[in-house]
Amino acid sequence: MRTRTSVMAAVTLLALTTGCGAADMTRQASPFANAQGAKTVTLSVQSWVGAQANVAVAQYLLEHELGYRVDTVQIDEVPAWDALSQGRVDALLEDWGHPEEEQRYVEDKKTIVGAGDLGVTGHIGWYVPTYFAEQHPDVTDWKNLNKYADRFRTPESGGKGQLMDGSPSYVTNDKALVKNLDLDYQVVFAGSEAAQITQIKQFAKEKKPFLTYWYSPQWLFKKVPMTEVKLPEYKEGCDADPEKVACAYPHTPLQKYLNADFAKDGGAAARLLKKFQWTTEDQNEVSLMIAEQKLTPEEAAKKWVDSHESTWKTWLS
Amino acid sequence: MATVTASAPRTLPAALKNRAVAKLALLALAAVVLVPPAVARWASGSWPEALTVDLTQPLTAASDWIIDNRDSHPLFLYFFGHLSNAVVLSVRAVYLALLAIGWAGVTALGAFVAWRVAGVRLALGTAAAFLACGLLDMWLPTMQTLALMAVAVLASVVVGALLGLAAGLSDRMDRALRPVLDTMQVLPAFAYLLPVVLVFGIGVPAAVLATVVYAAPPMARLTALGLRGADKEVLEAVESLGATARQRLLTARIPLARKELLLGLNQTIMMALSMAVIASVIGAGGLGDRVYQALASVDVGAALAAGIPIVLLAVVLDRVTAAAGDGTGERPRAGWPYVLAGAVGLAVAARLLGRADWPEAWTVNIAEPVNRAVDWMTAHLYSGVPVVGGTADWAGRFTTWVLDPLRDGLQWLPWWSVLLVVAALAWLIGTWRTALTAVLAMAAIGVLGVWEPSLDTLSQVIAAVAVTLVLGFATGIAAARSERFERALRPVLDVCQTMPQFVYLIPVVALFGVGRAPAVAAAVVYALPAVVRITARGLRQVDPAALESARSLGATGGQQLRQVQLPLARAALLLAVNQGVVLVLAVVIIGGLVGGGALGYDVVFGLAQGDLATGLVAGAAIVCLGLMLDRVTQPTDRRAKKGA
Repeated sequence: MRTRTSVMAAVTLLALTTGCGAADMTRQASPFANAQGAKTVTLSVQSWVGAQANVAVAQYLLEHELGYRVDTVQIDEVPAWDALSQGRVDALLEDWGHPEEEQRYVEDKKTIVGAGDLGVTGHIGWYVPTYFAEQHPDVTDWKNLNKYADRFRTPESGGKGQLMDGSPSYVTNDKALVKNLDLDYQVVFAGSEAAQITQIKQFAKEKKPFLTYWYSPQWLFKKVPMTEVKLPEYKEGCDADPEKVACAYPHTPLQKYLNADFAKDGGAAARLLKKFQWTTEDQNEVSLMIAEQKLTPEEAAKKWVDSHESTWKTWLS
Repeated sequence: MATVTASAPRTLPAALKNRAVAKLALLALAAVVLVPPAVARWASGSWPEALTVDLTQPLTAASDWIIDNRDSHPLFLYFFGHLSNAVVLSVRAVYLALLAIGWAGVTALGAFVAWRVAGVRLALGTAAAFLACGLLDMWLPTMQTLALMAVAVLASVVVGALLGLAAGLSDRMDRALRPVLDTMQVLPAFAYLLPVVLVFGIGVPAAVLATVVYAAPPMARLTALGLRGADKEVLEAVESLGATARQRLLTARIPLARKELLLGLNQTIMMALSMAVIASVIGAGGLGDRVYQALASVDVGAALAAGIPIVLLAVVLDRVTAAAGDGTGERPRAGWPYVLAGAVGLAVAARLLGRADWPEAWTVNIAEPVNRAVDWMTAHLYSGVPVVGGTADWAGRFTTWVLDPLRDGLQWLPWWSVLLVVAALAWLIGTWRTALTAVLAMAAIGVLGVWEPSLDTLSQVIAAVAVTLVLGFATGIAAARSERFERALRPVLDVCQTMPQFVYLIPVVALFGVGRAPAVAAAVVYALPAVVRITARGLRQVDPAALESARSLGATGGQQLRQVQLPLARAALLLAVNQGVVLVLAVVIIGGLVGGGALGYDVVFGLAQGDLATGLVAGAAIVCLGLMLDRVTQPTDRRAKKGA
């Protein structure tokens, strides 16, 4: 009998704690949130350092100016949309444009709301190191790329030139571009930004030529100067069919998004995140401190916050 | 027993050879009958288009359905939702409890428990490990990981014990469950993160459930083993006392299986901990997330600072639970009440002193010196080393001379011949059942339409396994011959085995460049310890009498090794191969993060883009590949445990 009573008790307890009826999958915060009575904001961090810089500064201000506790979770953009809609994270501070997700979550389900521009404009492109572009100025036009294919060859690229792509989470048309522009290149996926940066640095140390998918704003330009290769000009809608793309990438004003409930009830934290807006230079300054000087994100954020009071004061009002 | 096998070698190979020839002849016959019509019908070197099924449409539809119905469908509202809430609530409860007793209380409690079950030395070690976590400024993430682990291990133990109970008490259940558990153990965890995420979303619930899938099988297996192994005479004695079936189970069989149950707990904890890091890819938080975030800013030092607590936790938990299982620890007289009282006292004292949270001043920054060391290493080893060439040159040569020919060769082979080779290998080493499973698994890969990338992955696995075996057997033999070498090796192996793979992904890229070579290097580092350990243990267990007689016949050291030790340790060596293959596959997949490409890249792509069609198909192919490789290398009597 004793076991039965305890089973009953456990079931009752479970029912009471989880709420007897339906369990709402849209409202599920992290179990580590709001511990010890502190108000917590959960921010999603994407795998590139620019995103870390946004989060570091937001976190620093939330903690030191507004007294919140901040949890960060590293997830890629697309899963971050999903997590945002379920309330697992409260904010996504740097989105590079995901029309499908926007339609689904912002327009249809209304579980996510836009929170305006980050103030930074992103651009994806193909880059060669500047030391190589200076020796061979014509390499910066895609029409001449085939001439240099053998210079960009590596053991991984199988006799063709290597075009190094990054993390699978990034927006890329490179396979289609190589095919549609008739280039004698093989796209090699580094698999993560960390691997790509490590490889670029190794190439640069030896002044070797390389061709890579890369994007701005990015702190690495300060360490390894790179020159963009001109691709056929971007026109509205020229990238509509992923199979037939034969044009450059657009310039994207990066966006912030908040969980809808958080935007409504998040109080001072939500207000701050909505107003958060800074420039490409600001972001690069923090990124460089994190990635190159190996400061912790918190130390880097503190340095920036101490010297840019006028910028962030307006976010708090 | 040993003497029988020692004299057997002359007759055994002959018998084996006959059986093997018969099997091969049968297979050749089957090939002659089946291959010509197949080739005539689907003339193609690679897997024929006509035999594939494109799952893109249904999988995308399924994924859309889940996302659209997750907030409204009863299945989610009344089942998955509650499951998810229960996980969140219990993890939260444990986390809050850990925070409430503070760092002093947690350290004291850990040390006292270790003292009670395993003796003074381990108690001191446990305390030191906890303090080190704090010193590295990892206290909160460590507590988050501990909370997650506690719930995941508890759930795995309950699920595993229930399955094991069923399998231990009923022969039919045992037969039905065995292939299921086999499969669960062969699956690389990375492959099934995506479906879990889709249902539960990013975060702790998904991480806990993925961990349970991964960590429950050893518990189930060992529970069943313990229940079946219970002493018959004791059971009869209990029965004769008139005990009911339930009393027999509770008072005799379960207590008798105590040792196996505790070993199961030990294995489950180790596997759950190794999953804690992989689960960070789906937002589990804690130490794993710190490792993963450090990886993003290419900060090996910070990754190591978060990796060390994981290693410490793993070593402490392993030693303490193993000591509890052996019953070896010198047991102090003090009972549990004293243990608890002591811990509570310390926790309260720390709280009264206002030191419940880890004091920020007490931290050490190891990231900087580590990064400097890594930078130096990569700057000096990458290229331009006189005579031997830099690591980048090795990687290039390895890619061009080993990986490329292997991949091209495998992809050039006609599909039916691959199936035949798989069948032949699996049948020679196992039964016709294992051969059938292996062939079906391989065929499933073709049907899924990922034949080419799978063979690419396979070529990486084969190359990595070859390197692992050469290094592993050599080190294992050395360790078996020299006690001192083995003792010195042990901590190194511990670290290699428990250090999260993510920590060394960046150094391998810095050394070997982006591509398949670093993936292979990472896989070798990870799989080597298991191979070394199993080899050394197998060689040591060779009957001393057999060795003695060989020595008395005047055999040299080399002869003893080749003609006595290695043949007698054949089973252990085969097991080492098998474990090597399974572990290598798990890491080669993660190699997708450093340019390994093939199936690993597809899985990462699926996770990153929420693309079920790409991710799940690649995941399924990895599972099939794992099954096939396991069957092809599986010694007939198998006692393998993943991560052994």
